[in-house]
Amino acid sequence: MRSRSPWLLLLPSLVLMAALFGWPLVQAVLAAFRDEGGFTLAHWQRLLTDPYFLPALRNTVLLIVIVLPVQLALAIGMALLVQARPRFIGGHFYLWCVPLAISELAAGLVWLSVFDNRGYLNSLLVSLGLSENGVQWLSYENTTTMLLTVVIAEIWRATSLVFVIVVAGMQVIPRDYDEAAQVFGASLGQRLRHVTLPLLMPSLQVALILRTILALQAFAVAQALTGRDFPLLVGETYEWYVNLRNPAVSSAVALVVLALSLGTALLYLRTVRQPEGAR
Amino acid sequence: MTIDVRDPVRPAPMLPPVDVAPLRRARLRATGVQAACVAVSLFMALPIVLIGLAAVSSRAALAEFPKPLVPSEFALDSLLSFLRATGTLPALGNSVLAGLYAVFWSLVVGAPAGYALARHAFRGKDAYQMFILLVRALPIVVLSVPLATMFLRLDVYDTVLAVTLVHTALALPTTVLITASIFVSVPADLEEAAQVFGCTRWQAARRVVVPLALPGLAASSIFTFVLSWNELLGATVVTLGHRTLPAQVLTSLAEASVAYRFAGGFALILPALLFIFVMRRYLLNLWGTTLR
Amino acid sequence: MAELILRDLAKTYPGASTRATDDVSLDVADGEFMVLLGPSGCGKTTLLRMVAGLELPDAGQIVIGGKDVTYLEPRRRNLSMVFQSYAVFPNKKVADNIGFGLRMRGVPADGVRRKVEWAADLLQLRPYLDRYPSRLSGGQRQRVAVARAIVMDADILLMDEPLSNLDALLRLNFRAELKKLVAELGTTTLYVTHDQVEALSLGDRVAVLRDGVLVQCGPPGAVYDEPADEFVGGFLGSPPMNFLTGTVCTDEGRPRVDFGGQSVPVPAALSSYHGKRLRLGIRPEAIQLGDGGGLRGELQVLEPLGASALLTTDVCGQTIKVQAPATFRAEPGRRLALRLPVDQCRWYDPETSLLLEVR
Repeated sequence: MRSRSPWLLLLPSLVLMAALFGWPLVQAVLAAFRDEGGFTLAHWQRLLTDPYFLPALRNTVLLIVIVLPVQLALAIGMALLVQARPRFIGGHFYLWCVPLAISELAAGLVWLSVFDNRGYLNSLLVSLGLSENGVQWLSYENTTTMLLTVVIAEIWRATSLVFVIVVAGMQVIPRDYDEAAQVFGASLGQRLRHVTLPLLMPSLQVALILRTILALQAFAVAQALTGRDFPLLVGETYEWYVNLRNPAVSSAVALVVLALSLGTALLYLRTVRQPEGAR
Repeated sequence: MTIDVRDPVRPAPMLPPVDVAPLRRARLRATGVQAACVAVSLFMALPIVLIGLAAVSSRAALAEFPKPLVPSEFALDSLLSFLRATGTLPALGNSVLAGLYAVFWSLVVGAPAGYALARHAFRGKDAYQMFILLVRALPIVVLSVPLATMFLRLDVYDTVLAVTLVHTALALPTTVLITASIFVSVPADLEEAAQVFGCTRWQAARRVVVPLALPGLAASSIFTFVLSWNELLGATVVTLGHRTLPAQVLTSLAEASVAYRFAGGFALILPALLFIFVMRRYLLNLWGTTLR
Repeated sequence: MAELILRDLAKTYPGASTRATDDVSLDVADGEFMVLLGPSGCGKTTLLRMVAGLELPDAGQIVIGGKDVTYLEPRRRNLSMVFQSYAVFPNKKVADNIGFGLRMRGVPADGVRRKVEWAADLLQLRPYLDRYPSRLSGGQRQRVAVARAIVMDADILLMDEPLSNLDALLRLNFRAELKKLVAELGTTTLYVTHDQVEALSLGDRVAVLRDGVLVQCGPPGAVYDEPADEFVGGFLGSPPMNFLTGTVCTDEGRPRVDFGGQSVPVPAALSSYHGKRLRLGIRPEAIQLGDGGGLRGELQVLEPLGASALLTTDVCGQTIKVQAPATFRAEPGRRLALRLPVDQCRWYDPETSLLLEVR
């Protein structure tokens, strides 16, 4: 009786997850490789010849490569500020966490009010006399500025998550380690390099994996800011399903996202691991 | 009469003057830290203030260029027309309903599993936890299309129930992990004591553990609600007419006026400010440690 | 190596209503081993942390080797420290842990290696240099922490309850080893502990703190023999000093203190206490059992402790603990003659609890 009861408690969650995750996953794989006539690669050919797919892949990867290091550095810096316990840190902490609960779409709209042609940034530039009519930040001809706006919006929206993970990680590191480093003559930089960051590695790993997986799924920010002018992989899934009504190709794009997710997770687990025996 | 057995402090001939330069350095550093905090806070808060100002600008003020920081004319007509736009209010209702249902079902299904993880040692526990973590890593986009097909066949497509199911499943892994950590922090002794005094195992769990775990469960519920409130892709794909609010805003985006966009964005953000305020003490536990 | 001077150090933690340290002044001579002793919350660790620079005092001054360091950053103080939790970096191998301070100072690699090997030999850590701390026992980790501290050639060596996390046997062995090691190095040492045995066994001098105030400071023997107040007498020694309250009277012109039917002589210097109450303090091992004279106590409990026997006796309603030879045998209820040698009696004012001068 005693040994059976945990499984009774776990059963509902297992059933629900199998029904809503397991089965659809199998269906997604089948859909991407099958049509009425059985196995086919036609959906993949269609996807690869689509002019939006490669830019979407490139943009997605580019976004991650640019945004993640910035977020990591920013979040570590913010966490160190929290550790310094300045005045009003409660208020700062609240503001730094607000984006946690802000959806991608809302974040995109927020930055739209800034980067719009007649938005706040251009208003500022024009009234300062730095520009005559403002910069067309979101124009489809301006790939660089589009990337820049999406990068800024993503940093604004998702740094909080990394920040919270890093702060939580820092709080479980006993203060003794840092104090020992101080007494033994380490400067702030040396303490970071030799003590804080290595001990923080498990948290950083979690943050990196989670953020990469989430960043691979980003699309609404770009959608709100640029429409389809700055395509991202998940945006393509949405496009293929909702507007082009082609679930098969949509599934194929989704599988690309899945493969990238699993790939990066494995990569991080291999590279950011602690040396054997440490800890 | 009394003697002082303390060592007489030798009068040191000349003590050097107190060096206050390090104090000045420390104060300078504190100022720097404060300035950095303010800078980050500005970066986080300013955009929200800006969209808030845009949302309460009159149409004329919104059309101005260059726009002053504080709008020349305040008006609620953007917000009101956003609320009056077709689909907004029903979508708001759908969002709230889907969120509440998801909270309920994820707790009903997830909390027992969390309890089992916290209180039982059993074979397959590691495998179960591994499974949960794996599920967390699955991008919702992979699942949403087959789910839509499945819901079509089950005749629940384009209902709040469909959105609820998706969001419950999404929130479930986190709910299990959070509730497990909550139940771990409620001492098993208390529960055993209750059993000694004649409660059944179920009564002990209900009368002793649940009340103690309530604040944590509440926090976990808000987490689920936030997730459901913000989730966009799944909700868009499994509905057509009965959208949630973000899905409604997203699908109207293409034809929407600037005023509608800003009002919609601001309406989506307002609850976020409240959520984080209510949750600020639990943030580190929810988004921090239990995500491992 | 250097002299350490603390002057009027005061510190109140934010939000606390009482001072963690209350105008503490202390001089530690060059090469001296000073132990800060007191119960938890007495301010000894705060004092140590102020010397380390990990806390800043609200007022007062700290001077190391003639240089003011009151507010100086820890890393500029040329200290080394052994932490209660060891604080051995889990991400560094033993050798890198021991050499950490030297590397931070920019000592070249081969210099670091020579020093590390020297310390590893001293502390029998040679076989473990290539291991991570997670694969060491608690005692070995503590050795790493000590090795890391001694390679520094620091002006002052700080130790914060370094033995408290070790189990009893290990603590006993390592205590002697530590004493030998520090004596050989000759470094000025400030050592914090709540364990009075540790304090007595290690210190050149012992400073007893209570509620942030320095109560007594002196060589272990002096502090043990002549506790400056009843708190020190009760805190040092196990079992603690006995305290008896009596009234001073005169018998045949000589002052005596009467405990209610039984009395002992009082030094003439205290005759001014005539008619007033007085407290007698005496160590359990100073009381002699035997042939009349002194007090009569009724044996209540006899506890054989191996090397000795501990007697609980009742004298006129007050309890006196007596340390007797291990061979001592008697049934509870028997009346024992307790002789209190005059030179072992300490006298305290009942109002202030302070030791009274009798010479």
